[in-house]
Amino acid sequence: MADALLEVEALTKRFGGVTASDAISITVPAGELHAIIGPNGAGKTTLIGQLTGEIAPDGGRILFDNRDITTLPVYRRSQLGLARSFQISSLFGDFTALDNVALAVQAHAGHSFRFWRDARSEPALRQPAQAALDRLGLAARADMLVADLSHGERRQLEIAMALVTEPRLLLLDEPMAGMGPDESSRLIDTLRELKGGLTIVLIEHDMDAVFALADRISVLVYGRIIATGDAAAIKSDPTVRQAYLGEQGRTGEGTAHG
Amino acid sequence: MVYFIEQFLNGVELGMLLFLLAAGLTLIFGIMDLVNLAHGSLYMIGAYLAATFAAWTDSFVLGAILAVLGSFAVGMVLEVVAIRRLYGRSHLDHVLGTFGLLLFFNELVRLIWGPAGLTLSLPNEMLTAVQILPGLFYPLYRLVIIGVTLAVAFFLYVLVMRTRLGMLIRAGASNREMVGALGVNIKLLYTLIFALGAALAGFAGLMQAPILTVQIGMGENILISAFVVVTIGGIGSIRGAFVAALLVGLVDTVGRAFLPDLFHAYLSESAAGSLGRSLSSMLVYLVMALVLIVRPEGLFPAASK
Amino acid sequence: MKSPPDHRRGARFGLRRAVNACVLVVLALVPVYAALTGDNFAMTLFTRVIILALAALSLNLIMGFGGMVSFGHAVYLGIGGYAVGILAKEGFGSGFVQWPAAIAASSLYALVVGALSLRTRGVYFIMITLAFAQMAYYVAVGLDRYGGDDGLTIYQRSSFGPLIDLNNKTLFYYLCLALLLAGMYLVWRLVNSRFGLVIRGARSNERRMRAIGFPTFRYKLVCFVIAGAMCGLAGALLANHTNFISPAMMHWTRSGDLIVMAVLGGVQAMFGPLIGAMTFLLLDEALSRVTDFPDLILGPILLFVAIYLNGGLDALIGGRRRG
Repeated sequence: MADALLEVEALTKRFGGVTASDAISITVPAGELHAIIGPNGAGKTTLIGQLTGEIAPDGGRILFDNRDITTLPVYRRSQLGLARSFQISSLFGDFTALDNVALAVQAHAGHSFRFWRDARSEPALRQPAQAALDRLGLAARADMLVADLSHGERRQLEIAMALVTEPRLLLLDEPMAGMGPDESSRLIDTLRELKGGLTIVLIEHDMDAVFALADRISVLVYGRIIATGDAAAIKSDPTVRQAYLGEQGRTGEGTAHG
Repeated sequence: MVYFIEQFLNGVELGMLLFLLAAGLTLIFGIMDLVNLAHGSLYMIGAYLAATFAAWTDSFVLGAILAVLGSFAVGMVLEVVAIRRLYGRSHLDHVLGTFGLLLFFNELVRLIWGPAGLTLSLPNEMLTAVQILPGLFYPLYRLVIIGVTLAVAFFLYVLVMRTRLGMLIRAGASNREMVGALGVNIKLLYTLIFALGAALAGFAGLMQAPILTVQIGMGENILISAFVVVTIGGIGSIRGAFVAALLVGLVDTVGRAFLPDLFHAYLSESAAGSLGRSLSSMLVYLVMALVLIVRPEGLFPAASK
Repeated sequence: MKSPPDHRRGARFGLRRAVNACVLVVLALVPVYAALTGDNFAMTLFTRVIILALAALSLNLIMGFGGMVSFGHAVYLGIGGYAVGILAKEGFGSGFVQWPAAIAASSLYALVVGALSLRTRGVYFIMITLAFAQMAYYVAVGLDRYGGDDGLTIYQRSSFGPLIDLNNKTLFYYLCLALLLAGMYLVWRLVNSRFGLVIRGARSNERRMRAIGFPTFRYKLVCFVIAGAMCGLAGALLANHTNFISPAMMHWTRSGDLIVMAVLGGVQAMFGPLIGAMTFLLLDEALSRVTDFPDLILGPILLFVAIYLNGGLDALIGGRRRG
C-alpha cells in the first residue's frame, strides 16, 4: 500500500520456548487511528518493544514511510517521527513538568553539543513546551516537580512529551491506565482532535475509548493477530468475542463515549 | 611441566579463596543491591580472630571454628547496626558508608592488635608435602584449602538449590520486590545472608593466613579481585562466582608465573622485566574488561533487571 | 545553584550562600594567614585541598550530574601527573608543553575507557572503570625508568617563563585556586546548558531520553572525556605541588577518596566537591592530631553522613536534590 505510514510484516519474536510475537502483520495508513486490543499476556509489550526498537525481532520487518526501520536504534526512530508514550509513566522525576517537555523539544531541535547558554532560558525550547502543557491542561503545573504531580497529571505529561516532538506516528501504550472518568474523557477528546493530522497506534484496554476513537482495530491474542477491521466488524466477529470480549464479560455493545 | 602443575594448583587454590569471598559478595550485591567495600574487612577480621583463638586454645582447628562463628556474629551485628540502614540507597551512599566502615575496621584492628600483624601457625601434621605425581610434591595444607573450600562450595550448592532458605535466596537474587511481597521476613533473611557472607569471608581470611599474612589492610587487595570475580561471574550468581573465581585464580597465578618468561623469549631483558610484570598484574583486569565488553552483564547474570 | 524563588526556603537558601561565601573568603586568606603566622603547613594543606577539590569536581560532573559512578577517576590524576613527570625527566620542563600534554593524555585515556565502559550500567560500570584504573596503575608500577613503585621526584616545577614562577608557593596557591574557581564556573555553565540537560536527563531516565530521540551514548562519552581532562589538569597541579609522582596517585583507594569527597559535600552542589574535600582532609588532619586512631572517628562520621545526610553536607545547609 503506497500510503501506509506503518507496515509491520510477519514480525516474530521468541523468548526461549514462548512465541511472544507470531508473524504479526499490521498496516496503518497515514492519518488512521489504529487500535490494538487483546487480553493481558497477549504480547502487546513485546510488540511495542519491537516497534520502538527496544527489542530486536527474530523475524519480519517494520517499515515506516516505506523505510525499513527494523534494525534502527530507539533514538533514530524517534528522530524519524515515531513517538511513543509509556504505559507506566516514565518521566524525569526530579525535574519540573516544563523541563520534561522542554527536553523532548530539545531532542528535536538540532544537536545538543552546546555547552554554555542556559538551556532553560531558550525560548525556542521553552515556548513549544509551555504550549504543549497548555494544550493538555497542565499549564498550572509547569513549574512543579514531576514527583509532586498526581497520577493523572503524569499520564497527561506522558502524552505531552510524545506530542511535542511533532511526530508523524504516535504510539500510545495504554494512555488511559489509571485515569479517572473525567481525565479519560478529556484525553479522548484530545485524541479525537489529533486524529487525521497525526497517525496514531493506540494500545488500550479501555473499550469505550477504543470504540469511540479507532478507525480500525487489530486484536492480538497469544502473539497473533486474530482479526483486523473497523469497530463494527470486530464487535461482531465471533472469534474475537470468544477470545477477548467474551472473556471480559462484555457483550461488545458498549456505549460510545462522549 | 612439574612447575606448570604446581602453578596450576596454586591457581586453583587462589580461585577457591576468591570464591569464598565472591560468593558472599555476589549474594549481597544480588539480593540487597549493596556495594560492600567493607567485605575485605570481614576477611581480615576472620584471620585476626583465628590467630587469636588459635593462640588461646592452642589448636588451629578450634581457633578456626571459633573464628568462623565470630565472623558470623560480627556480620550479624554489623548488618543490624549499620548495613541495613543503607538498603535502597544509591550506590554512592553505599560506597561512602562502607568506605567509612573499611577505615574504621582497619583502625580498630590496629587498636586491638597493634600495627605489627599476627601469625597463624599450622599444626605440625599439616606442614608436610604430599606426592601427588611422581616427582611432584605439593604442600598438604594447600590441598586442604582446595578440598575444604570445595566442600564449602558443595554445601553452598545444597543450601541454595535444595533448601527453603536457598529458594528464597535465589528468588531474591532475581527479583527482590517479589520476595518482600511474599511476606517473608525480609529483615531476618537479609541479616542471615550478610552474616553468611561475613562467615565465608572470615573463613577465606583464616585459611590463607598460615600461607600469606595476617595484617592490617590485607583485605583491600583481595577485595578488588573478588569484585572482579563477581563482575565476571555475573551479579547474584554463585555458580558464576565459582566459574569466574577459578578463571581469575588461574589466569592470575599462571599468568604471573609464565608471562614474564614468555616475554623474555621475545623482548630485551629490561623491557621484558617491567612489561612482563605489569602485564601479568593487569591480566585479570584485561579479562574482566573483555568479558564486560562482550557480555555486559557477566557470564551468568542471575538478576532479571 | 539557581532555584526558582521560594520564600519558604529563603532562609536556608541564604545559609547556603553564606557558607559558600565563607569558604571562599577562608581560602582567599590562607596565604595571608600563612605569611603572618609563618605556618607554611596550612598553605601546603590547603593547596592540596584545592587540587583535590578540582579532581572531585570533575568526578562530580560525571557522577553527580551524569550518574556515572566511576571508581577509577584517580587514574587521571596519575596520568596528568605522569605526563608532567615524564616530560620533566626527559628534559621538557616547559609548562606550556607539560600541561597540555597532561590534559591531552587524560582525555585520550578517558575516551578509550569511556567508549568501552559506557556500554555497561550500574555496578558493572563501577567495576570496569576500576579495572581500567588498575591497569594504568600496574603500567606505572612497571615503568622502571620513571621510578616504578617508588615513584619519581620532579626537581623542577613546570616552567612558564616570565609569566609565573610556580616555585613561589603563594603564587602557586592562587593559581590553583583560580583554576578551581574557573572549573566550578565552567561546570556550572555546563550542567545548565543543553549538553548538561542531556547528561542530567540521562541520569534521571536514560530510557526516556532515548525514546524522545537523544543518542545518549555520545553525550555521556563527551562528558566523560571532559571530566578526564579536568582531572588530568588536577594531576599536573598535584605533581607540581608534591614535586613527586608515583603509582599511588592512581590507586583505587585514591579513587575512593575522591568519591567520598564528592558525596560528602553533596553530589549536585557546585560547591559540594570543595566542601567535601575541605571537610575530609581537614577532618583527617585534625583527628590525627587529637588521637592516634583518627579513623575510629572518621569512619563512623562517613557512615553517619551516608545514612542520615541524604545529599551530603550540602543538604545540611539548605541544598535540595534536584534533577
